[in-house]
Amino acid sequence: MGRLLGIVIWGITIASVWMFVSGKWWFPASISEHGGRVDSQFMITIIVVGISFTAAQVGLGWVVWKFRDNADKQRATYSHGNNRLEVVWTVVTAVIFISLGIMGQRVWASLHLHNAPPGSLQVEVVAQQFSWNFHYAGKDKAFGRTDPNLIDDSALNYVGIDETDPNAKDDAVVSTLVIPANRPVELILRSKDVTHSFFVPQLRFKQDLVPGMNIRVHFTANRVGKYELACAELCGMNHYKMKSFMLVLPENEFSELVTMPQDKFQARTAELMAKYQLPTY
Amino acid sequence: MAEATHEEVHRHPAPTGFIRKYIFSIDHKVIGIQYILLALAAVLVGMIMSVLMRVNLSWPGTHIKILETLFPQGAPGGVMSPEFYLSLVTMHGTIMVFFVLTTAPQGGFGNYFLPIQIGADDMAFPYLNMLSFWVTFVGFIVILLAIFAEGNATVGGWFTALGASWAGGSGTVGPIGGWTGYAPLSALGKIAGPGQGAGVNLWIISVAIFCVGSLLGALNFITTLLNMRAPGMSLMRMPLTCWAWFTTAVLALLSFPVLLGGGILLMLDRMVGTSFFIPGGLYVSGSTVPLHTGGSPLLWQHLFWFFGHPEVYIAIVPGMGATSHILSTFARKPVFGYRAMVFAIFAIGMLGFFVWGHHMFMSGMSPYSAIAFSVLTLSIGVPSAIKTFNWIGTLWGARIRFTTPMLFAIGFVSLFVAGGITGLVLGQTSLDFFFHDTYFVTAHFHLVMGVASIFGMFAATYFWFPKMFGRMMNEGLGKVHFWITFVGVYAIFIPFHAMGLLGMPRRYARFDEYEFLKNSKGLVLFVTIAAIITVIAQLIFYFNFFVSIWKGAKAGDNPWEATTLEWGIPSPPPHDNFAGIVPVVHHGPYEFSVPGAPNDFIMQTDPEGISVHADSGGVSGNGGNGHRH
Repeated sequence: MGRLLGIVIWGITIASVWMFVSGKWWFPASISEHGGRVDSQFMITIIVVGISFTAAQVGLGWVVWKFRDNADKQRATYSHGNNRLEVVWTVVTAVIFISLGIMGQRVWASLHLHNAPPGSLQVEVVAQQFSWNFHYAGKDKAFGRTDPNLIDDSALNYVGIDETDPNAKDDAVVSTLVIPANRPVELILRSKDVTHSFFVPQLRFKQDLVPGMNIRVHFTANRVGKYELACAELCGMNHYKMKSFMLVLPENEFSELVTMPQDKFQARTAELMAKYQLPTY
Repeated sequence: MAEATHEEVHRHPAPTGFIRKYIFSIDHKVIGIQYILLALAAVLVGMIMSVLMRVNLSWPGTHIKILETLFPQGAPGGVMSPEFYLSLVTMHGTIMVFFVLTTAPQGGFGNYFLPIQIGADDMAFPYLNMLSFWVTFVGFIVILLAIFAEGNATVGGWFTALGASWAGGSGTVGPIGGWTGYAPLSALGKIAGPGQGAGVNLWIISVAIFCVGSLLGALNFITTLLNMRAPGMSLMRMPLTCWAWFTTAVLALLSFPVLLGGGILLMLDRMVGTSFFIPGGLYVSGSTVPLHTGGSPLLWQHLFWFFGHPEVYIAIVPGMGATSHILSTFARKPVFGYRAMVFAIFAIGMLGFFVWGHHMFMSGMSPYSAIAFSVLTLSIGVPSAIKTFNWIGTLWGARIRFTTPMLFAIGFVSLFVAGGITGLVLGQTSLDFFFHDTYFVTAHFHLVMGVASIFGMFAATYFWFPKMFGRMMNEGLGKVHFWITFVGVYAIFIPFHAMGLLGMPRRYARFDEYEFLKNSKGLVLFVTIAAIITVIAQLIFYFNFFVSIWKGAKAGDNPWEATTLEWGIPSPPPHDNFAGIVPVVHHGPYEFSVPGAPNDFIMQTDPEGISVHADSGGVSGNGGNGHRH
């Protein structure tokens, strides 16, 4: 029984490690400046995790193989432990785990402990049950005033723009996120109803949109293309299809688009959506 | 530590009537079994729900006849709607976390064995103990009621009559907000979607009732352990199971009141128009939400996770205790590093109160506090690793007897490592940009707080069954159960990591909306098949459990040749445990294979002072030398 258990534990270990190293299931390729750093921090972490996991399982498999009771009437080793070993493994794991923990703050700190760089493109993102709205400031680069009391979905005023505000005249609200490549983007995240979460896997970025809060985040996408945007916080019955797209455009295409008025903006976005393809998975 | 108890022993006669004996019993042993039976009922419901979820994920559109009959609204033609799926997610989580993982390990085995292992004749407050169970039972009935209040039009109608926030019958089997019940989705009522009326109200009431029951239980555990230990039972001579139940009780005492408070505030938001969690200016389902202003959705998350994180330790710590205890017994070796184990279990429990924010990295909370929570989270890996090292150390040089409880205890160690280690990934803020709320998280917590805890409980069941019922469970069936379950749970939850790597979000009713998930089809199907096989294998356990109560081979007082106090009394024990005799404890709990001793185990109550020197194996031992601390 001890041998069988040892072999089964080793078999499970091999299968589990294979799942990670086979390459069949892996992140979609990164498209953001910080994405590569997230991936390499993950690689470091998963190597530590893989070694610890394998060592513990192989060790466990080995002791159950080796120390089974083979009825030779001998007694087990009488030992209450070993303080030196306790100190050694406590210190070693503390150093490794806490170092990993500190390293794991670097990308986070680089994005979240700084304001968006000057010249970032600002987009207001307003989530609602099962759809996304992206509010662009237009030519004047100033957002029109918004007020939740002015929101009226039936009149297509999804984000509550105050039409009487002169800054609102050239604003556009669309259902696809369009951003330039290689330029920092600042999103101002809001929700109209319940908590949602902005998640583009390729971007290596996620942030909840919380009703009552304006959450400002920033990142830089560095690969042109069309990507799926998913909601990653349970928001109600159709959570699984609260889907949109993020278009990352070359600067020239983007700057042309972003100054267009609402209707042209929408039409041109539709053209660009058809032009770019999703990555192949 | 002074001698703990020396009060007058007066024997209580055993109750004679059926009701006082088996229903409203104040005997901690009967109450323990009641908790275990409650968990066995609850886990059946939770497992059926998980199979239904898997069927929906792998074969959306499947017609399930019984669903059509039971829930014609939520599953028209027997096909689950997305909201029906989400209500399964919610109820599966709630029932498993509260009514299985919190009841069986602590209320069940803790209740039954903590008093006996410390040499007490019952809990400190037997009536309170009875009350804890029955309060918890009512909580379970209320959560079951939520299924029909939303799932059945007639029952829903009764609740709708109670007022606007009670509207039911929306065709789900409960709320659709997940077991975390994030506000404002959970606070807004019917306008936020199906299941959010009577379903949420009953969910909150059930959880609140459960909090009260657990709180009463925790008070009882702590008082009993601190005040009712037999002469000679110093704290450092307690079995590690008792340390685990004690730690768990402290966690429950400090965390459940916070959830109870949060639940009451949520109920007030829903029923009387307060705004603890609902901010102003909301626009839901086509209209503005009047009256509410100034609430904070993050407040709910803080309150919930201040409870929720310790809760995962409430689920697993008793399993750690049982595993340590059972490993030592069947390794025929003292626990390696007893003192380190005690400190580690307490360190895990206490650190568990300072890391709740790691559930909220993406919530909009301050990024600075996220960093503090993150580093503290990684540091919990240290006491967890200490425990793992000591378990392997306990097996080193052992003479392992591969009984069914031992197999499950070894399985616990394996699963605890497999599930716990990915905490190193998820605890890092930078990696949660990707992994937060993906299947990687689902993999992590199912392995560690779900199945590892359950393995601890299986080990405990097979181990203590002979003591509880005077009969053995069938070893052959137990082993078949172990092998299928051990391989099965890995086959279910390791692939979850791969889904997480693809970026698959959790709590999705379907995956076919997204191109980036299309490579997951094979994995999803594999998991579904593994889950169905594993769930079916649990019937072997139910069969073995219930048939063995009456038909199992007779067990002696000490079938495993174990050392702790429960093995020195008859199986099952008499009403007052020690038949009016106060046991006197002479040894530490794990004196196995002592050189020179006639047997390879020395009972804790054995007055023969085989002199066992602490220096024979390092000073971190628990000092089995017979001196009181």
